[in-house]
Amino acid sequence: MRSRSAALIAGAALVLATLAAIAIGSGGMRHFDPALTGYALGSLMAAFAVGYRFTVWAQRPPSRMYFKRGLQLLFRRAGKSAPTEKPAPIPVPHGAGTLGFALARNFVAQEFIRRRGLVRWMMHLCLSGGCTLAFAITFPLVFGWIHFEPLGGDAEMYRVVALGVNVDSFSVHSVKAFVMFNLLNISAVLVLIGLVMAAWRRLTDAGERATQTFTEDIVPLLLIFAVTATGLALTVSYKFLAGRGHGLWAIVHMVAVVSLLLYIPFSKLFHMFQRTCSLCVSRYKKVGATGPRAHCIRCGEDFASQMHVDDLKTVLDELGFNYRFSGAQGEVHYQDVCPACRRGLLALNQGRTIGR
Amino acid sequence: MTNGDLEFFLDPSRCIGCQACVQACAECGTHRGQAMIHLEYVHRPTGVQTAPVVCMHCEDPTCARVCPADAIKQDDHGIVHSAAKPRCVACSNCVIACPFGVPKMKTELDLMMKCDMCYDRTSVGKKPMCATVCPSGALYYGRREDIAAMRRETPVNEFQFGRQTVRTKVNMMTAPDMRALPFEVLDFLPWEGKDFDPFELTRAGAPDVAASAVWEDFLPASEEAPARCGSHCQCHP
Repeated sequence: MRSRSAALIAGAALVLATLAAIAIGSGGMRHFDPALTGYALGSLMAAFAVGYRFTVWAQRPPSRMYFKRGLQLLFRRAGKSAPTEKPAPIPVPHGAGTLGFALARNFVAQEFIRRRGLVRWMMHLCLSGGCTLAFAITFPLVFGWIHFEPLGGDAEMYRVVALGVNVDSFSVHSVKAFVMFNLLNISAVLVLIGLVMAAWRRLTDAGERATQTFTEDIVPLLLIFAVTATGLALTVSYKFLAGRGHGLWAIVHMVAVVSLLLYIPFSKLFHMFQRTCSLCVSRYKKVGATGPRAHCIRCGEDFASQMHVDDLKTVLDELGFNYRFSGAQGEVHYQDVCPACRRGLLALNQGRTIGR
Repeated sequence: MTNGDLEFFLDPSRCIGCQACVQACAECGTHRGQAMIHLEYVHRPTGVQTAPVVCMHCEDPTCARVCPADAIKQDDHGIVHSAAKPRCVACSNCVIACPFGVPKMKTELDLMMKCDMCYDRTSVGKKPMCATVCPSGALYYGRREDIAAMRRETPVNEFQFGRQTVRTKVNMMTAPDMRALPFEVLDFLPWEGKDFDPFELTRAGAPDVAASAVWEDFLPASEEAPARCGSHCQCHP
C-alpha cells in the first residue's frame, strides 16, 4: 500500500513538473499551440503513467538495492571503503567518470547490442535514433518551448526561439531550412528502416518466433509503424495532395502518438527507463571487482564480490526466501556456495537418496 | 502449446559424461550456437562422474524474483525463459541466486541466457534436444507412466533447501516413495579446514566416487564404501 501511495505521488509530481515546464517554457502559454493540445494532454497522462510505473518498479527489493548502491557508489570518492565497510584494496575510478562512460557506451552507442548482433544493433539504432530524434523535436514544439517566427517582418527569413531566447535564424530557401522542416520525415525514414529489419527478424528467426508474443513483441512494432506511417501521410497530404485529407490524418496521427505514449510505461518499451538501472550495475560491478571478494565455502573459488553476495542475502530475505541451512556443524547461507558447487551438490544429494 | 502429457525427468546418476547433450543443446533455435546445459564433474579430485544440470523451471523462480529489471519471465506453461534482451542489465543476480546454479551470464553479450527446455521444440510437441540424444536416460522427456514402468526410482519435483522449499516443473528421480528431495549442504562442506572427503561419509552419494573403475584399482576390497543409502533415504526402512 505504501509503495502504491509513493507511486501515485511520483506520478502526480511528474505531471505537475511537466505542467510547470509547459507553463514556464512557453512563456506563460503565449507560445503554446492550441492545435497541439491533444498531444500535450497525452504527454501529461504518459508522464503520470511513467512516474507511477517507474516508482513501483524501483521499489522492488532487487531494483531498490541497485539504485541505492548506485547512488552510494556514485558519490563515494575513489579508494574509499565499500558500503560493506570492508576496505577496497585498489582505488577505483570516481563514480561520475564511470557513469559518463557507461552512459555513452550503453545509451548512445548501445555497444552491448552490437556485441549481440551487428544487424540487430543497426536495427535498434535506427529505431531508437529515429524515435529519439522525433521526440526531441515534437516534445519542445508541443510544450511551446520552441517556436519559429518571421524575422523582422521578412517572411523569407525565420527565427528560432527556444525558451524565449533567439537561438538561430535562417532563410526558408536554405539547406538548413530544408533539413529543419524535414527532420521529422528524416526520423520517420530511419524508423521505417528499423521497422523493416525488426519485422524481418520477427518473421524469420526461429528462436524469436517461438518465444515472441503478440502483445509484448508485435504490438510495439505496429504502434510505432502507425505513428510513422500517419506522420508521413501528413507530409504526403500537404506536399502532394494539396492538403486533401490532412484534417483526418492529423487526428489519426494524434491518436496513434497518444496510444504509443500510453503504451510505453506498461510494455517492453519501458526498457528505455529500466535501463537506467544498468548505469548503477556498471558502477556496482566496477567497485565489486576491486573490492573484497566472496569465496565459495565449499571449493574456495572466488565467484562474486562480497558486496554482491551480502546484498543478495538481504534481497532474498526481503523477498521472503530463506536459503539458510543449519545443523550440528553450524549455519550456512546457500548464497555462500558458488553456482558450480550447487550443481555438484544437486547430483550428490540425488545420489545419496538412491544409494549410488 | 506444450504437450501436457510430456514431462522432463532428470537422473544425474545415470550420466556417462558423453557430452552429447552439450553438443545437441547448442542446436536449439532459441539460443543457437550456445549450449545452456551444464555438465559438471561431481567431485573431480576423487572421481570422473559427471552430472547434467538443466533448468528445473521453479514454480516460483528465485532468478526472476531477484532480477532488478523484470527481465526473466515465466510463461503460462511454467517455462522460465532466458532474460529478455531489451531488459537484461547483466547484473548476475540470477546467476548467483539460482538454487540449482543454472543461469549463465554471457559477459560478451551483456545478457543472461539459460535453458528454456528448448521452447522452440517443446512448444510444438517435440522433445528437448538434450533428452533426444541422451543415450543413458539421465535426461528423459516423456510420459510419467512410461518412466514409472522403466525405472525403480520415483520422480519428485520438490526440493528442501534448508528452510526453503522449491517446487519445480522438471522432475528429479529419487528413491522410491520419496516425496521431496532433501537437499543437504552441511555434510558436503570442508569443516574446520578439512577438504570434503566422500569416503568419510556414509556413502555420501557422489555417484561413483567410491566405486568407480578409477578407484577400484587402488582400493583394497575391505576399504570400499558399502553401497547403501544416505540418512534421508526411505527405500530401505
